Amino acid sequence: MQYLSPTTIDDAIRLLSSQSGDCKVLAGGTDLLVRMRSGFAEPDSILDIKRIDELRRISRDAGGWRIGAAVSGAEMGEHADLVADWPGVVEAVNLIGSTQIQGRATMAGNLCNASPAADSVPAMIAAGAVARIAGQDGLRDIPVADVPTGPGKTCLSPGEFVTSIWLPSRPERSGDAYLRFIPRTEMDIAVVGCAVALTLDAGGTCTAARVSLGAVAPTAILVDAAADTLIGTTVDDTALDALARACSDAARPIADKRGTVEFRVHVAGVLAKRAAIIAKTRAGGAS
Amino acid sequence: MALDSKTDTKPQQFKVVGTRPLRPDGIDKVTGRARFGADMSAPGMLVGLVLRSPHPHARIRSIDTSAAEALTGVHAVVTRADFGPPSDPGVADVLDNCMAGDNALYDGHAVAAVAAISGKVARQALKLIKVDYQPLPHVTDVDAAMAPDAPALHEGRADETVPAGMSPNVMARHEFGHGDIDAGLSQADRVLERTYRTEATHQGYIEPHACLATMNADGQADLWCCTQGHYMVRNTCAAILGIEQGQLRVTASEIGGGFGGKTTVFLEPVALKLSQKSGRPVKMVMSRSEVLRATGPTASSSIDVRIGMTRDGRITAGFAELRYQGGAYPGSPVDMGSMSAFAPYDLENVRTVGFDVVTNRPKQAAYRAPGAPMAAFAVESAIDELARGFGLDPLEVRLKNAAREGTRASYGPTYPAIGLEATLRTAKDHPHWSAPLGPNQGRGVACGFWFNFGGDTCVSLNITPDGTVTLSEGNPDIGGSRASMSMMAAEELGIPYDRVRTVIADTGSLGQNEVTDGSRVTFAVGLATIEAARAAKREMCKRAAQVWGIDEDAVIWEDGAARPAGPNAGQHPPMSLAEIAAIASNTGGPIAGHFEVNAEGAGVSFATHMVDTEVDPDTGAVKILRYTVFQDAGKAVHPSYVEGQFQGGAVQGIGWALNEAYIYGEDGILQNPGFLDYRIPVASDLPMIDTVILEIPNPGHPYGVRGVGETSIVPPLAAVANSVSDAAGVRMTSLPMSPPKLLAAIRSGQS
Repeated sequence: MQYLSPTTIDDAIRLLSSQSGDCKVLAGGTDLLVRMRSGFAEPDSILDIKRIDELRRISRDAGGWRIGAAVSGAEMGEHADLVADWPGVVEAVNLIGSTQIQGRATMAGNLCNASPAADSVPAMIAAGAVARIAGQDGLRDIPVADVPTGPGKTCLSPGEFVTSIWLPSRPERSGDAYLRFIPRTEMDIAVVGCAVALTLDAGGTCTAARVSLGAVAPTAILVDAAADTLIGTTVDDTALDALARACSDAARPIADKRGTVEFRVHVAGVLAKRAAIIAKTRAGGAS
Repeated sequence: MALDSKTDTKPQQFKVVGTRPLRPDGIDKVTGRARFGADMSAPGMLVGLVLRSPHPHARIRSIDTSAAEALTGVHAVVTRADFGPPSDPGVADVLDNCMAGDNALYDGHAVAAVAAISGKVARQALKLIKVDYQPLPHVTDVDAAMAPDAPALHEGRADETVPAGMSPNVMARHEFGHGDIDAGLSQADRVLERTYRTEATHQGYIEPHACLATMNADGQADLWCCTQGHYMVRNTCAAILGIEQGQLRVTASEIGGGFGGKTTVFLEPVALKLSQKSGRPVKMVMSRSEVLRATGPTASSSIDVRIGMTRDGRITAGFAELRYQGGAYPGSPVDMGSMSAFAPYDLENVRTVGFDVVTNRPKQAAYRAPGAPMAAFAVESAIDELARGFGLDPLEVRLKNAAREGTRASYGPTYPAIGLEATLRTAKDHPHWSAPLGPNQGRGVACGFWFNFGGDTCVSLNITPDGTVTLSEGNPDIGGSRASMSMMAAEELGIPYDRVRTVIADTGSLGQNEVTDGSRVTFAVGLATIEAARAAKREMCKRAAQVWGIDEDAVIWEDGAARPAGPNAGQHPPMSLAEIAAIASNTGGPIAGHFEVNAEGAGVSFATHMVDTEVDPDTGAVKILRYTVFQDAGKAVHPSYVEGQFQGGAVQGIGWALNEAYIYGEDGILQNPGFLDYRIPVASDLPMIDTVILEIPNPGHPYGVRGVGETSIVPPLAAVANSVSDAAGVRMTSLPMSPPKLLAAIRSGQS
């Protein structure tokens, strides 16, 4: 097995496209190395992107934030301005693994691992995040929601990799939140996840909302019908009940060792309600 | 055996026992220097790996190892064909579990093993072994396995206790009790009948099984391994390999948890065989998934309970039928479950019937009070439901029925002084019992019992020339026993704790020692330590008498020194241990004391647990808010370790109650062989577990010590279930009370 560690995006693209066998991109490695240690992945080569400086940065970009693909969860959590703008996204990233894992795990890696239960993905989708993808044909930007195509599968072509995630500028009176259900209090994987991002007007009426669910379908999903239950309301109890129903209706989970269909459908609604209340509070809405 | 001191139960004054010194193994453990099973290595060492069955049940038609053997770097491949019949038929199942014979009996069952120059080569070799399996029908559920037409694992092996016509998977039937159940039930104001179920849970030790084996051409062998009992490893491996016990020396490594699961062997005979065949040292280390798939979880259970109670809370009769599946071989702990189910109570009419059932799962191994937690879950849940139904205080009901000194136990014997009532009264007076509860919160209590054990024990205590003391014991230190033994030796000798160093001797250095089980070590090894120290004291008094020129009987040992027994013995300044040690060579040679015993008199132990929970009615999530353990320790030698045992048992019980479970699909494959989906509690799931140590001296131990390690896991399943049932307003009779299960119960209760 060969270990490759380019220092520029161009070198990375060149190396990635010239590999004959199975080449895996390594960011934090908190999924890949575990898969290799347990014998589920046996790549011929590993391309480590952590030596590429620009992938290790969090920077302002077009009013929003560009987060390099090699930025760890801990670095995001310690970035006060980023946390102030997108607390829901950062709290979702920071839920991954343990303190030690947070020192390595990356948001882009969480996206590319393409688990339906990935914590950061619903939060990114609700935030309207965009992934920047590098390949032989240059760079392309696509909505994060379009990256995973099924469990363990992404829309990336061979030779492509994610270089950064862009979070848009946060409108005034906006807030986001992510909640997941796990049987424990940490070190676990979402049985259901839900992210809500919303914007209020000066009177406290919701003018925009995005709601995303994780672990209830083959990929994290954006639920427009759920957003519609909030827009035009003050996110009051009636709206919240409608939101819960819309999320439960949108959930298409499987039953597995982590939860039944019935449980996931119900809890999708419960979490949506609770996440919406937090997002509303963060947006400055009356509680 | 008889010891004069055993009848002396008056409160004793201690100087060292009851204090909290630092543990002698602490620095190595926190700095990472302690050597655990996987830390041993030897020149020329090979890596051994096991090939495991992907089928829950299959006939092994043939195994072709030729391609693996031909691979460069492979030094040995073994299958069952390399093992002859064991010299002791009692270990035939152990061998079959270590290396499958005609049939693979569960997902993960070992079918072959390789030793190669590296892990990479060994993994390649495993892929080259061709096993021709004929899949057979399988069964993993205990009640399904008891159906008459269930797939049979061991046709015709049932013992004579099993009535004709039962499923061939029922291996044994046990019955305990006295009185007349029907007559008792007829006196009750209410008879409650319920079925309770628990899932298999793993001991969850952090350290996977590991060993390093060398077996020479001359027949001598050495083995280093992580185990709860290296003498057991020696005897078992010698029988499996057909060698003499004296030719196999086993050294126990430090141990990263055992909880009963390391009281048998898995890798060790295979490693020895690979070493014998390759002529090289062989190291084997299990992965976490191997640990979960192929080492012992505990049994899962299905239990019917019938209890009658009068409206004032008197239990008129108690009956339970317990069905435990213990995996692919006979020997589930249903016997102990049946004996312990009603052990806390003084009952006129009580009966338990237990069925030992085999299924296509890994063979169960002992897990902390084996068999008792599930039985207590059933009985303590039923008593709680009856008490609450009558509007009675659940602690009062237990006090009303509590066993005490002179009670005839449900399993036969009559109790000496026991501590159950003391735990109940202390619980009732504790501020926890009267603390207010908020919405969606509940409180539960439950009692638990464990037998405790003594067994074969050897201790050797040596006085060094500079007056320090080395103590050799033969039980791996799994709970602070080196500290506890040093404390008891120091107490007895009248010297400071840090003058005694306790080591865990290898099997060549002491006689037979029972494994570290049955909460026996502080009791039995402690007893032997005290007696070894007394033997050394007698010798030191003799040496002083010699120096002083007086009669041996005229010398006593007090405060760490030999002294004349009285004025008639003459005026001699005391001779300290160090002074006597310094001149030992001139007064007859080195001084030592030793003691060998099959220790009896391990006092039974009781606990009462109290727990507050909060249930999220919208998700079924349970939060443990407050937890208090009340347990009788007899005498707490090192109170911090006693508290640690109380807390550890409670936490393992909380895991068992809430989330831990072996999950099998229809395909008979274990779905959660990893710590992600096999959910033991993490620190943030738990409050500080409060403990109250009660000390009702055990008349069978010189200092009154009782084992404490196991009792603490007996009450929590029921205590948590009673608390959650109170909080959620719905009675939970099936564990684990995972959020999906609890939410479904809450929602069906609402509809």
